[in-house]
Amino acid sequence: MAAENATFSSPRRTFLAGIFRENPTLVLLVGMCPPLAVTTALKPALTMGLSVIFVLVGSNLVVSLMRKMLRPHVRMLMFTVTIAAFVTVADLFLQAFSPEMSAKLGAYIPLIIVNCIIIFRAEACASKCGPWISILDGLGMGIGFTLAMCLLGTVREVFATGCILGIPVLRTTAAGGWFTPWAAMSMPCGAFITLGLILALVSQLTRKK
Amino acid sequence: MDNLQVLLMGFISMVIVNNMVFTKFLGTCPYLGVSGRIDMAFGMGAAVTFVVTLSGLLTWMVDHWIMTPLHLEVLNSLCFILVIAGAVQLVEMYLRKFFVGLYEAFGIFLPLITTNCVILGMCLFLERWGVDSLLEAVVLSFGSGVGFTVAICIMAAIRENMRMSDIPRCLQNAPITLITAGLLTLAFMGFSGMIR
Repeated sequence: MAAENATFSSPRRTFLAGIFRENPTLVLLVGMCPPLAVTTALKPALTMGLSVIFVLVGSNLVVSLMRKMLRPHVRMLMFTVTIAAFVTVADLFLQAFSPEMSAKLGAYIPLIIVNCIIIFRAEACASKCGPWISILDGLGMGIGFTLAMCLLGTVREVFATGCILGIPVLRTTAAGGWFTPWAAMSMPCGAFITLGLILALVSQLTRKK
Repeated sequence: MDNLQVLLMGFISMVIVNNMVFTKFLGTCPYLGVSGRIDMAFGMGAAVTFVVTLSGLLTWMVDHWIMTPLHLEVLNSLCFILVIAGAVQLVEMYLRKFFVGLYEAFGIFLPLITTNCVILGMCLFLERWGVDSLLEAVVLSFGSGVGFTVAICIMAAIRENMRMSDIPRCLQNAPITLITAGLLTLAFMGFSGMIR
């Protein structure tokens, strides 16, 4: 509890906590489904990250504005409805402006509704703090999540195809170079193993401090 | 007879070939979080199987008999999550009142299940795949629940054994679990393309 209060004590700390000290994917390990599922390449990872930032900031703001009206037994339901409304907006926006991305991400955009990060932030921060802190918290957490997703997406895209955002960085054997693409990296097992190794690296680095 | 075969194939495909955890990454949170002990894992799996079958049935009915005739497909995901949350709440109250033993066995997992991606994911996939028959929807949802149970129990069994091994410090807990999951996925990839 003491640590929580310290986190929300200043706007700067709240914002930075989500990116580093309490990074949702790499440290808190919540909301693991999208990071694994859509990070086959950098672009879907980035799209997903931006959608999550939008939903997280929006729902944090709304939940924080109605925090005085919350009743314990219907609290979760109110969170869920708020989140679902924002996710529907994000889904329709993507369908309208980026149909190919929307087709590629498919059911994973509506699935943001059940992403634990968002409901967790609504519960841990937005239902207790004012709108300003809640927005910063949502932004920080969202950026932390997006950075982790992009890291995973970049690693997987480079090893699976030798490209970043479709631009070749490693010359593959097909193009006359030396690099043989690892098909496994674009498959589910690549996601689990890459994330496992990144987590191991993070725990190694934070332990030394 | 064809119909029965289709249902059976669909069931097997959901359990093994298109396993929710291994191919769609749904339900990864409980898969990594609750898989410490095999009895807990089985309790979670049973609860998920029950709820996913029920909500697969309910959301299929809502989608086909209410939303599609009224052209309200836009609100599908909002509506599905409400149906699921309501169903979970009702099931929990019913169990607490009438089946105390069962409630104690998997009651603690029920509230968690509302935000389990397997459930909502399955309902959304049923809609996206355009499953037309009610029976097929129920069988596929039940299959996905069984698939989740299989996955989480295998994981729990491996982790129980892993407690005795000497893991490098930086790999302990989450990293080694993820890497194990990766290897397990690799094993299940052997089934891919068997059906559908």
